[in-house]
Amino acid sequence: MTQRLVIIGNGMAGCRLAEEVIARDPGRYAITIFGAEPRVNYNRIMLSPVLAGEKRFEDIVINDAAWYADNGVTLHAGRAVTAIDPAARTVTAEGGLTVEYDRLVLANGSDPIRLPLPGADLTGVVTFRDLDDVEAMTAAADAGGAAVVIGGGLLGLEAAYGLARRGMKATVVHLMDVLMERQLDSAAGYLLTQALAERGVETLLSAESEAVVGQDGKVAGLKLKDGRTLPCSLLVMAVGIRPNAALARAAGLEVGRGVVVDDQMRTSDPAIFAVGECAEHRGVAYGLVAPIWDMCRTLAAVLTGDEAAAYEGSVLSTRLKVSGVDVFSAGEFAGGEGCEDVVFRDAGRGVYKRLVLRQGRLAGAVMFGDAVDGNWYFDLMRSGADVSEMRETLVFGQAITEGLRGLDPSSAVAAMADTAEICGCNGVCKGAITAAIGNGLTTIDGVRAVTKASASCGSCTPLVEQLLKLTLGDGFKADTGPKSVCKCTTHGHGIVRKRIVEEELKSMPAVMQALEWTTPDGCATCRPALNYYLVCAWPGEYADDKQSRFINERVHANIQKDGTYSVVPRMWGGITSPAELRAIADVADKFNIPTVKVTGGQRIDLLGVRKDDLPAVWADLNAAGMVSGHAYGKALRTVKTCVGSDWCRFGTQDSTGLGVRLEKFMWGAWSPAKVKLGVSGCPRNCAEATCKDIGVICVDSGYEIHVGGAAGLHIRGTEVLTRVDSEQAALWAICAVFQFYREDAWYGERIYKWMDRIGLEEIKAAVETPERRKALYDRFAAAQRFARTDPWAERVAGRHAEEFAPLARSMEIVPA
Amino acid sequence: MTIHVKEPAPLDSARWIDVGTVAEIPRRGARRVTTPFGDIAVFRTGDGAVYALRDRCPHKNGPLSQGIVHGRSVTCPLHAWTIDLASGEPTGADAGKGCTASFPVKIADGRVLIASTARAEGD
Ligand code: SRM
Ligand SMILES: Cc1cc2nc3c(=O)[nH]c(=O)nc-3n(C[C@H](O)[C@H](O)[C@H](O)COP(=O)(O)OP(=O)(O)OC[C@H]3O[C@@H](n4cnc5c(N)ncnc54)[C@H](O)[C@@H]3O)c2cc1C
Ligand code: SF4
Ligand code: FES
Repeated sequence: MTQRLVIIGNGMAGCRLAEEVIARDPGRYAITIFGAEPRVNYNRIMLSPVLAGEKRFEDIVINDAAWYADNGVTLHAGRAVTAIDPAARTVTAEGGLTVEYDRLVLANGSDPIRLPLPGADLTGVVTFRDLDDVEAMTAAADAGGAAVVIGGGLLGLEAAYGLARRGMKATVVHLMDVLMERQLDSAAGYLLTQALAERGVETLLSAESEAVVGQDGKVAGLKLKDGRTLPCSLLVMAVGIRPNAALARAAGLEVGRGVVVDDQMRTSDPAIFAVGECAEHRGVAYGLVAPIWDMCRTLAAVLTGDEAAAYEGSVLSTRLKVSGVDVFSAGEFAGGEGCEDVVFRDAGRGVYKRLVLRQGRLAGAVMFGDAVDGNWYFDLMRSGADVSEMRETLVFGQAITEGLRGLDPSSAVAAMADTAEICGCNGVCKGAITAAIGNGLTTIDGVRAVTKASASCGSCTPLVEQLLKLTLGDGFKADTGPKSVCKCTTHGHGIVRKRIVEEELKSMPAVMQALEWTTPDGCATCRPALNYYLVCAWPGEYADDKQSRFINERVHANIQKDGTYSVVPRMWGGITSPAELRAIADVADKFNIPTVKVTGGQRIDLLGVRKDDLPAVWADLNAAGMVSGHAYGKALRTVKTCVGSDWCRFGTQDSTGLGVRLEKFMWGAWSPAKVKLGVSGCPRNCAEATCKDIGVICVDSGYEIHVGGAAGLHIRGTEVLTRVDSEQAALWAICAVFQFYREDAWYGERIYKWMDRIGLEEIKAAVETPERRKALYDRFAAAQRFARTDPWAERVAGRHAEEFAPLARSMEIVPA
Repeated sequence: MTIHVKEPAPLDSARWIDVGTVAEIPRRGARRVTTPFGDIAVFRTGDGAVYALRDRCPHKNGPLSQGIVHGRSVTCPLHAWTIDLASGEPTGADAGKGCTASFPVKIADGRVLIASTARAEGD
């Protein structure tokens, strides 16, 4: 006897289920489908290309009217079901139509979440779910103007892209600091932001919406918590979905986030099932189609008599449908216990790939710019195949990996044809490289210079090395190029600095992509260096990344062995006053600071301050007019002076005054390593200026400027840089040499080491050529406009307050 | 998208303690949770994963919460040992030289829950 199967929802899941049931047992059920939308079933995921004008609605219809007729399926389109009566086994739809069922399937999807912002009900505030939404958006786009999309997930980005394609100025407002943060890491998220910008979609990250601004009942803008208002005539909310569970709840079915189902897709009522986004299976409510196909297959089997069929959950992958932007993500891209990353970047093609391996298996993948191998990786992931054998080549994709399988690396290289491409960036084939080696090259550098192979991204360097080994046998000597910054890159500091400036790289992800870093987010060695290079290259523009600073620079105090901190206020040129000394004494008393010590740098150190007390300690020091002494920084430290002509019977110039003037002009400047100055009033040199990074010896005729001294790990006397006859000229020369050092030295390199590397003559030439000196001085003075702010005062005012306060205090957690 | 989430191993008698929101921990950073027995360091990686370790380096008790977080590791601020955030073990040259106790963490609705007792050191 034919049974009655009623399906609520004429969408992706509902119709797929009907198809699957009919394919298995065509005569078994009389099928009735209710759809809230007044139309046949269409491919919802293709609404994005429809919005973008790349497809028409006709192109995305899955089941046209003829399909329903041919298969004897009754469709009630435009009639939402309003109630289920499980006892009577009936459903009632809008308009009062009541239908009986033997089996009922809930496939009514989910609803887009509307943020409860003030003004959210204004005309022009829409969501992105069905064809009506697309039509509302295209109508708004036809009028032109600006659109704001709240939500930087898949849906929001596709909406913004579509609207930009239709000529609107589109802006995505995203609460998180990375687009699609649940699918992408920050490196891929950065590339996506850039790619969208090229397509006319602007992105605002870490931006929280506060209210919708309206005019005459229509949307006029979106106000953000930071005070900005983004004008717009269309506001799209794409912040997530909520499973449609209200009908089920009203009918007394068990409901969590969605309608709770077992592995047979059965709800708490044995005659009622649920599939698609409305269902919650093993605690998960899915929001993509792949799991829906699996669910429908299982349920169709169950409904046609196969009680053994079971759905066991799905591993997910995501692709973004924005033309020309290849993004793929699957599995646990963030890694976890015992995971390791394999990262590949190709700056030339804008490619970033990251594979996450766990115990020899692929656990996750994120790809940007080249996602052709996405499905292959996804299959490897789902099958749980052991990939340790292919680890070396895995990241290059299926073709290369399978081409070389089973061969050890050197025989694999030997087996390659002469026409096989080795260096993708420069298009160099194997034959060209072996020929060049045959002509007498013995090193990677040589091959690089002659053939260009391995000269760009460097990812083929191991292959080129193999070729050298194969061709030369014992004649091969391993490479000794400039030392790389760290294990995340093959590049040395010099190249990195140069390219940051030349290619105008203005953020850490930009540098890591352009220079093809081999880790997703660098390490404790390269990050502080890159942060400094960016601070130096783009003053006032680059946003300092405090998470890339060593703790001392992050909290503006020196960490001590017991985890407390020391605080050293500036004493300009070593001069202090009774008021300052009194304030220091009061602070020490008030905060029970155990040690107060006079430092070797002519100032006072308060040692043993608790981290939580730092802002309060600084507040008191600030109140007495004192600022941070940067005793913690790769920055200008102290300017040591002697009493000079003010008091000393031998003093030739005002060394104290010059020291104070230098410190007041130069403080706050970050540098590759710490920089200490000394100014002595005569050659007796009581300020020990000749063992400082930069020193001044005052003489009758003027000022002798010295560089390159040190008295720590190495003892080094200074060299004379230049002689000048006025205090002003001394300031110019000192700032010029300091700026040259700031722009040229490698991170961690003190002035004396930098001088050893580039030579005193080079430094002299820069400082003694008037144009170069002036240009250096001007760049320094410009940068200082952003640097001379007291970091303590900023923190007293509340900046990064979270850094100093614990996240929580808990009596309940017990360390083992 | 829901990504297959591995529930941390439940511990006998442990309870989940809510210590705040994920958003309060900076990416590639850490915050401290103070307890009568010393601090717990709660880390958030660049990918947004959260881990909790006792805030004491296995070397000389350096406060790991003050280190630089990179990948799934933190570099201790005192003498630059690098500690794996998941296992609490030193990596690289210092591997095998002790271990810091780690706490199971789970995230629910954007909130960070820490198990009230640590995994046995070395788990
Ligand atoms: C406080 C002080 C010792 C004192 O009690 O006098 C001191 C304390 C430290 N010095 Fe120093 N140095 C101090 C003057 C010196 C001097 C003398 C001077 O500046 O006239 C030198 C030799 C001169 C020189 O720099 O060439 C000096 C050469 C070093 C070095 C070796 C640097 C080098 O490149 O050779 C280090 C290690 C480093 O920086 O990597 C160092 C590192 C340190 C650190 C920062 C160690 C650390 O990383 O924790 C100490 C911080 C303690 C703290 O919390 O304050 N300290 N240090 C002095 C602070 C001066 C100030 O007012 O800022
Ligand atoms: C623009 C867009 C792009 C997307 N892109 C992708 C993608 O690239 N990849 C991917 O995997 N997923 C994508 N998705 C998600 C995917 O479309 C959904 O996961 C899928 O459509 C869910 O299927 P469903 O049948 O559960 O819900 P739906 O397809 O929404 O179907 C539910 C149907 O039930 C109807 N209904 C609701 N209540 C009632 C009621 N009371 N009575 C009768 N009918 C009712 C609704 O009108 C709707 O037609 C996208 C979604 C959108 C909106
Ligand atoms: S010499 Fe400097 S670094 Fe060494 S213990 Fe003394 S203060 Fe610390
Ligand atoms: S205390 Fe951590 S490295 Fe020494």
